[in-house]
Amino acid sequence: MPAEMKRSYYEDVQPLKGGPARVWFAMLFILLIAAPFLVKSYYIYVMSLMAVNVIVALGMNLLVGNTGQISLGHAGFVAIGAYTSVMLISGAGVFFPLALLAGGLLAAIFGFILGIPALRLEGPYLAIATLGFGIAVTITIGRIDLFGGHMGLIVPKPEFAGIDFSGDRSLYYLVTGIALLMGFAMRNILKSRLGRAFHAVRDSEIAASTLGVNVASYKTLSFAISAFYAGIAGGLWAFVLGFINPGLFSFILSILFLATVVVGGLGTILGSVLGAVVITFLNLQAESIQFLPLIGDALVWISRSFMSMSGLPNVSWILTGLILIFIVIFEPLGLYGIWIRIKIYWRTWPF
Amino acid sequence: MISQIIISGLAVGSVYALMALAMSITYKASEIPNFAQGEMAMISTYIAYVLLVVQGISFIWAFLFSLLFALVLGMALEFVFIRRAKEPNLLNLMIITLGFQMVLYGIAGWKWGADQKRLSMPFSESETYDLGGGIVVSQLGLATIGTAVVLMLIIWLFLRFTRLGLAMKASQQNAMAARINGIRTNRILSVSFGISSVVGAIAGMMVAPVTTLDPNMMWDPLLKGFAAAVLGGLTSLGGVVVGGYLLGIIENLFGFYISLEFKSVVAFLIIVIVLYVRPSGLFGHHYVRKV
Repeated sequence: MPAEMKRSYYEDVQPLKGGPARVWFAMLFILLIAAPFLVKSYYIYVMSLMAVNVIVALGMNLLVGNTGQISLGHAGFVAIGAYTSVMLISGAGVFFPLALLAGGLLAAIFGFILGIPALRLEGPYLAIATLGFGIAVTITIGRIDLFGGHMGLIVPKPEFAGIDFSGDRSLYYLVTGIALLMGFAMRNILKSRLGRAFHAVRDSEIAASTLGVNVASYKTLSFAISAFYAGIAGGLWAFVLGFINPGLFSFILSILFLATVVVGGLGTILGSVLGAVVITFLNLQAESIQFLPLIGDALVWISRSFMSMSGLPNVSWILTGLILIFIVIFEPLGLYGIWIRIKIYWRTWPF
Repeated sequence: MISQIIISGLAVGSVYALMALAMSITYKASEIPNFAQGEMAMISTYIAYVLLVVQGISFIWAFLFSLLFALVLGMALEFVFIRRAKEPNLLNLMIITLGFQMVLYGIAGWKWGADQKRLSMPFSESETYDLGGGIVVSQLGLATIGTAVVLMLIIWLFLRFTRLGLAMKASQQNAMAARINGIRTNRILSVSFGISSVVGAIAGMMVAPVTTLDPNMMWDPLLKGFAAAVLGGLTSLGGVVVGGYLLGIIENLFGFYISLEFKSVVAFLIIVIVLYVRPSGLFGHHYVRKV
């Protein structure tokens, strides 16, 4: 496993360990800043979506990977965040960052409420309770005219301090900046007393409670923090998309969030980031799989002879499903596990 | 009026009960909530459609062939994927079933497209019988209720009186002891998946004429069946059937007296409330995990 030795507590909590880490981080930072000037406008949009999904994945991973709870209802939290911030801005003219924060906080309150019955539930029962919550939120939003019904809402332009954030690039910087900030916050949560308590609850509830960890309050807290991340991401997602409707926040979305975390690697921040980037990219690009050089031609041929041409975009579902299955079967640690193995291989290279 | 609503609730409830039963059979055997159940039923129904409408085979043979297909599909899910999991914990196995569900959904969409097909059944929805007192039930509704009851009886007899059924029960109760007594528990698990897939396929064929045949048709029955299973307590086969009928009736009553718009929300609200009061469902056993 991670081949890093820590000699003191302060070494453990230090953000960037050693020279190489700092250099790599600086390069990543420069790349993130330069990226919008290097690619086409569509890919700026893709990168903004990735950043949004990174935020959801961070929250999801805290709940699933670090606290050991299962949620199939995160789309509900994202929906709450999105609708709250959009309606506060267009309805009440609230200051943009404040509306975003309000969306996150409302989602957190709902997460707290959902976390209370979750205390007594385990495994599949928890999955179905959260699933029910997610679907109930989507249906309720779709049926009430105040929320725009099935047609949804048009998202107002995000602007504050005299800066208009509706352009591709400025929105990208905003979303990525918030994602970085929230990633850093998550790292600090995990390294602190809170994070260790979450891990203790995940590994053994009984052992944790005998050590004086209040299992109930940490479980609900985990739900609330996770929902807060989802709510903030929801608000940002709305601004990236430019419109919202209840169909966006379906059960499939909740599954994809869970898939993101599992593909990336449970319980690690790097895993959340990797998973979100890969799943977002696959989701957007798999529909144009038929334009790939060799595979595309083969797929078109298969569609013509055995399947149907109009159903070809459905291949992306098959692809995502197979990736999920194979990750679980062959690499339970996800992409993070692959990364760690590469790292260990080079560190101990000649041997 | 109220008895009319209850009768139509029973017809809907039969489908929920069958899905819940299918869910419960695999859950008891493996502790996995099988999310692929709905899509497995959907694919099996498509097979029935192909045999019946495209190939023109008689109804009974098409029905039997698609059930055989469902059996093989269910066993394949266990044998090919679930058995191979490196770390078979709840989350990982659940993800496998979710992945399998996506694969099946993609295949169905690829092969048959999203346009809706009609599965012609020998029972029609427009032909109705009068049960007296102004209560009418459609032929299809009656057939659904009848099939569900017969199927439940068969499953009960199977688990109670056949060697295979007893072996299934034994490996559910104590896998280690069952193995010591010479039961191949992993084969039993595979068979459990097959049987639950057959039960689901029958539910799918009951749903298809009511809605239409398209890749999304089993979403709602799956989630409701899931809800019904949790409502009744996943571990008790009788309980999940009661849960299914209860859910069907409550949903219909709610839709008629309170709000038709929020009819589909009520199922999930009931779940959250019931689980809040009884964490393992109405009839499930509350288990305490020991250190």
